[in-house]
Amino acid sequence: MNNLVILPLLIPLLTGVLLIFFRKQIRVQRYVTTVSLLLLTVVTIALIHQVSVEGTQTLNLGGWEPPYGIVLVADMFALLLVLATVIVTFCCVLYGFRTVGEEREKHYLYTFIHFMIVGIMGSFLTGDLFNLFVFFEVMLLSSYILISLGGEKGQLRESLKYVVINIVSSMLFLVAIGYLYAITGTLNFADLSVRIAETGQDGLITTVAIFLLLVFAIKAALLMFFWLPGAYVVPPMAISAMFAALLTKVGIYAIFRTFTLIFYHEAVITHELIGWLGVATMILGGIGAVAYWDLRRILAYNVIIAVGFIMIGLAVFTEVALAGSIYYLIHDMIVKALLFLLGGVMIGLTGTNQLREMSGMIRNHALLGWMFFLAAFALAGVPPLSGFIGKLLTLQGAIDEGFYVMAAVGLITSLMVLYSVMKIFMNGFWGENQLSVEDEKMSTKGLLFPCAILAILSVGLGVGVEWVNVYVLQAAEVLNNPQAYIDAVLQN
Amino acid sequence: MEILMSVLAGILFTAGTYLVLAKSLIRIVLGTAIIGHGALLLLLTMGGIKTGAPPLLGLESTAYTDPLPQALILTAIVINFGTLGFFLVLSYRSYQELGTDDMEELRGTEDE
Repeated sequence: MNNLVILPLLIPLLTGVLLIFFRKQIRVQRYVTTVSLLLLTVVTIALIHQVSVEGTQTLNLGGWEPPYGIVLVADMFALLLVLATVIVTFCCVLYGFRTVGEEREKHYLYTFIHFMIVGIMGSFLTGDLFNLFVFFEVMLLSSYILISLGGEKGQLRESLKYVVINIVSSMLFLVAIGYLYAITGTLNFADLSVRIAETGQDGLITTVAIFLLLVFAIKAALLMFFWLPGAYVVPPMAISAMFAALLTKVGIYAIFRTFTLIFYHEAVITHELIGWLGVATMILGGIGAVAYWDLRRILAYNVIIAVGFIMIGLAVFTEVALAGSIYYLIHDMIVKALLFLLGGVMIGLTGTNQLREMSGMIRNHALLGWMFFLAAFALAGVPPLSGFIGKLLTLQGAIDEGFYVMAAVGLITSLMVLYSVMKIFMNGFWGENQLSVEDEKMSTKGLLFPCAILAILSVGLGVGVEWVNVYVLQAAEVLNNPQAYIDAVLQN
Repeated sequence: MEILMSVLAGILFTAGTYLVLAKSLIRIVLGTAIIGHGALLLLLTMGGIKTGAPPLLGLESTAYTDPLPQALILTAIVINFGTLGFFLVLSYRSYQELGTDDMEELRGTEDE
């Protein structure tokens, strides 16, 4: 029992409620948002320290012992993602202060950002399947609002599709929960794991597992990503960046949690399927990223490729590969936010998102150009930046276990990623300078600071592997060894 | 009884899916609502419909109906209502703004 575990949910929830009362005072909203996110960072770092020393922390809400009550579980995997979420949100919000516009800020933008964080944190920290559904809904409902906030034509059009797909998949989630409850009689992750290990994972449970995979795959944009490019293109860039960095990662987290803790007995069927879904996602996403000349769409397709790559680690299912996936997941959250924010600056300066209409920006914006260059290399996995270690470990794991096709596709799509982002770099930053400083549609004042934080983190993750690796390995160890999780939850 | 309820859930899912695949926006909204009802009914059926007394502490009865599915459904209904309400408002706003409720016209593949 550790009451600290509830704070990552409580702080944003209360802040979100508090901000409703300051609708007109935008400055107050901004200060409160900044303070709450900084507080959240401190709490999460404290929790990570505690978990690294004492092992997985749990909190039985209302004092009900699991498997009967609701339980929050903070293991290293969840906490690393929570920390990345907080940092990314902080940078996106800082960026949003200057770009989102007063109208949206007055209409409860920060409140809904906080509520979305509650949903995301809750999904990471929850210890049972039904609460995962509830926190998914909290997150999704806030994200519906964030997509449509502003009421522009494109926003409404894309949010309609996003809402339909997510409502239907949520209902399927409910059905899957029903089936699983009928078979096992419990919804607590740890208890589910114990019971399925006892009775064996028969065909029926495997079917339900694949059903759950379908649900999570829609949310994580694993193969079923048709909704993603449209939905991530329409909102303001600060919000797009948050979506790209956070929303699909929650689906990925859910897949990792269920398929390492509960349904790990039939790896030949389920994990193999996940791997091939990942391969297809990477190829299709890669084609999309290479094909478009629209900056925002290229970036959106890059989100999809990363989802496919992370899944290879799960398909291989060894400690090395899982560590690689976790590392890549954290790296991807940071670097995707960075790329979207930098892309936002580029679009803001030129007033267009067509690559063919921009050029030569590096003359006036050297720092922006170099940061984009850095982000592009980090994304493609060039050492010593953050993407490299994750790719290295995942591919090493894949090759050790004989998953050669997956490893090869992972490498080839890395080249596609590199091509697609270098296309942005060369078109946007090289060539004749078309824009003088006076022609630019906005100034970069204050926008490069949040980007710089993320860029430094990205480099830090790559150069400081020695320090980060301790935590990542601990996270991978818990994933690879379900008994540790079960003991932490059920024996408290 | 369970079999009958399962069939009913199936019918609701069929009708819901049919409506979601329609062109008109309001049909899609209603379709998601009906699918939601199907899912809730299925959840209730999966928990076992009635095996004993209500789940209240009493001295006489020895078997109690499982209260958990009912608790789950209560939560899910609230969430369903929330999303449905939001979806209705969103479709109305979109109809006002875009001037159409035909999903075919809302494809939007052109570069904007």
